[in-house]
This record gives sequence, structure tokens and C-alpha cells, in this order.
Amino acid sequence: MRRLLPHPLLTLTLVILWLLLVNQLSAGHLVLGALLGWLIPFVTSPFWPEQIRIRHPLTLLHYLGILILDIVRGSFHVARLILRGPARLRPVFVEVPLALKTDLAISLLANTISLTPGTVSAHLSADKRTLIVHTLDTGDAEALVAEIKQRYEVPLKKIFEEADESC
Amino acid sequence: MIDILLSLLILTGAIFTFIGSLGLARLRDFYTRLHGPTKATTLGVGCLLIASALYFSVRDEGVSVHEVLVTLFLFITAPVSAHLLAKAALHLKVRSLAPTPAPDSEAPSDPDFQRNPAD
Amino acid sequence: MLSTVIPIAYALVSLALVLSFWRLLRGPDAPDRILALDTLYVNTIALLVLLGIHLGSAIYFEAALLIAMMGFVGTVALCKYLLRGDIIE
Repeated sequence: MRRLLPHPLLTLTLVILWLLLVNQLSAGHLVLGALLGWLIPFVTSPFWPEQIRIRHPLTLLHYLGILILDIVRGSFHVARLILRGPARLRPVFVEVPLALKTDLAISLLANTISLTPGTVSAHLSADKRTLIVHTLDTGDAEALVAEIKQRYEVPLKKIFEEADESC
Repeated sequence: MIDILLSLLILTGAIFTFIGSLGLARLRDFYTRLHGPTKATTLGVGCLLIASALYFSVRDEGVSVHEVLVTLFLFITAPVSAHLLAKAALHLKVRSLAPTPAPDSEAPSDPDFQRNPAD
Repeated sequence: MLSTVIPIAYALVSLALVLSFWRLLRGPDAPDRILALDTLYVNTIALLVLLGIHLGSAIYFEAALLIAMMGFVGTVALCKYLLRGDIIE
């Protein structure tokens, strides 16, 4: 099974991408998409050294829900700040200490931070322990760090890393 | 009904696209400018693309979803380019309104960097 | 309804293009210009999508997809250049 289908998630993603790209759902395209989805992981296998395991699919769905909501909220927030003018902004760099260890989880956290209210991730320290984040407007840097950790890091850790500790 | 929804989506999309560029032109230092295009513009274009998907789905009596592809692509790539730009700006020590964090001592922050001592 | 909204949207997106272009010319630093260029790509995608709805043609979608991909690759390459002084290692 593992040898025949090295990356089931990648295969599924590729099939969906193919169907979106041709913009129609027919048996022929489904077969062609499945063939491509099966073949491409073999050709590109050197790029995927590790298997991705999702431990809590429901938490992932919940996380995606929060993420979409926060993207909309964040855009409105930034739009209001821009319209209010540059004079009243309080930009600050904050350092977020990371509890995440895998590369995938860290990059997802960084992307989430960039898409959500008033923050852009700017730099990851060489030892992967702290993430430097720029915020557009904040009065309380510590509360912001606590919110990032609570809202995004905890679910990500649960989804991608909890299994590593138990096995 | 669909018409009103479409108009609303197009208008919101255009307004957000405009606000993103307004932020780019109006704010005072690079790091604050970074926020407008990454968030407001991305959501604006996302709205326009969803409007387009809706429009073609209604007009052609079939589902047109390939716009979702561009939307997803933009939402995945926008934070990546923002992160790289911020990293480049920190590296070049671009003028900033907020005090910039201390760089990781004198050593180049990127471990790969040390492989090219010629730079 | 749609015919009144689309010209307004055209105007807003064109203004956005002008503002980004102004930032591209003005700088002052290289990252500012790259950011402005990236915003120009995204604004162009918005303009193409609007054009597609206006003319009722799905052809412009492919162009938008290509600009999105090439724009991202270009931005990443320019950032890499600023970070390393070199693109291909």
C-alpha cells in the first residue's frame, strides 16, 4: 500500500486540482486526474522526505473555519487602520516563542499570522525557536503574543505534532 | 437577487483592492506598508474571483469553479511573499518606525548562508 | 445594477494600479519597489477578472492564472536576490 501510493494526501490534492483546472467533472477527466495524481508523487518523491499525518481532522476543519473568519476580520481591521491614516498607528515588532517543532507546522503558523489581523511574520530565528512578527497597531504586545499562541498555535500543535510524542 | 449579490461582491472586491494600494502609497515605513497589499488586496481579489465564479456559473448553467484555484493560490502565496519581503528588509536594515529586533548576533541568520562564504 | 457597478469597480482598480505604480517609482528602498511590483500583479489580476465579467468571456481566466504564478515566482526570486545576492545556488 505504502509502496503503491506513497502520498495519499498529495494524490487527492492533485486530483482535485486537475478537476478544478479543466473546470468540468466527467469520468474521463476523473481517470486522467487520478492517473496524474498517482504518477506525480513518484516523479517528485525526492521533494517529499516526510509523510504528513493529520491526527485530528475535525480540529483541522475547525481551524480552517477560524482561519477564514479571521482573514475577513483581519482585512476589515487593516482597511480601517489604513483609512484612519498613518499618524495613529503604533507598529511594533514582537517575538513569539514557538512550541511547534516540525517545519510544516511552523510554516503554517507563519502563514496564518500573516493572513490574520494586523500581523505579518517577518523572520524565523536560526534555531527555529522564535518567530519575529510585525504588528501594525497594538497597545499591548504581550496580550498579542498570548492570543497568537492560544488561537493558532495550540490547534496546530494538536493537529500535526501530538502524535509524535505518543509514539 | 443574484445580480445584487454579484454587485455587492464586485464592489467590495474593488474597494478592498483600492484600500490595499492606498495603504501601500500612504503609510510611512516599509513594514507598515507591507500589511495593506498582503491582506486587503488579497481579500479584494478573492471577492472579485468569487464574483466571477458565481457569474459564469449562473450564465452558463454549469458550475464554474476554476476561479477557486486562483483564489487559493493567492491566499497561499501572499503570506509567503510577505514573509520573504520582510526578511529581505530586515536583512537590508530598511528604515522602520518600530524599533527593529536585534539580529541573531553577528552570525548570518540563515544557516544556508554560511555555505557561500564568497558573498 | 451590474452595469453601474462595473465602471465604478474599474475606476477603483485603476486608481489602485496608479497608486502602486507611484510607489514603484518612488521607492525609496528596493523592498518597497518589489512590494509595489507584487501589488501591481495582483491588481492586474483584479482588472482581468473584471474584464472577464464585463465582456462575459472566460478566456481571461487563463491569463489571470499565469500572471498569479509568474508574479509569485518573480517576487520570490527578487527577494532571494536581495537576501543572498544570488538566485540559483
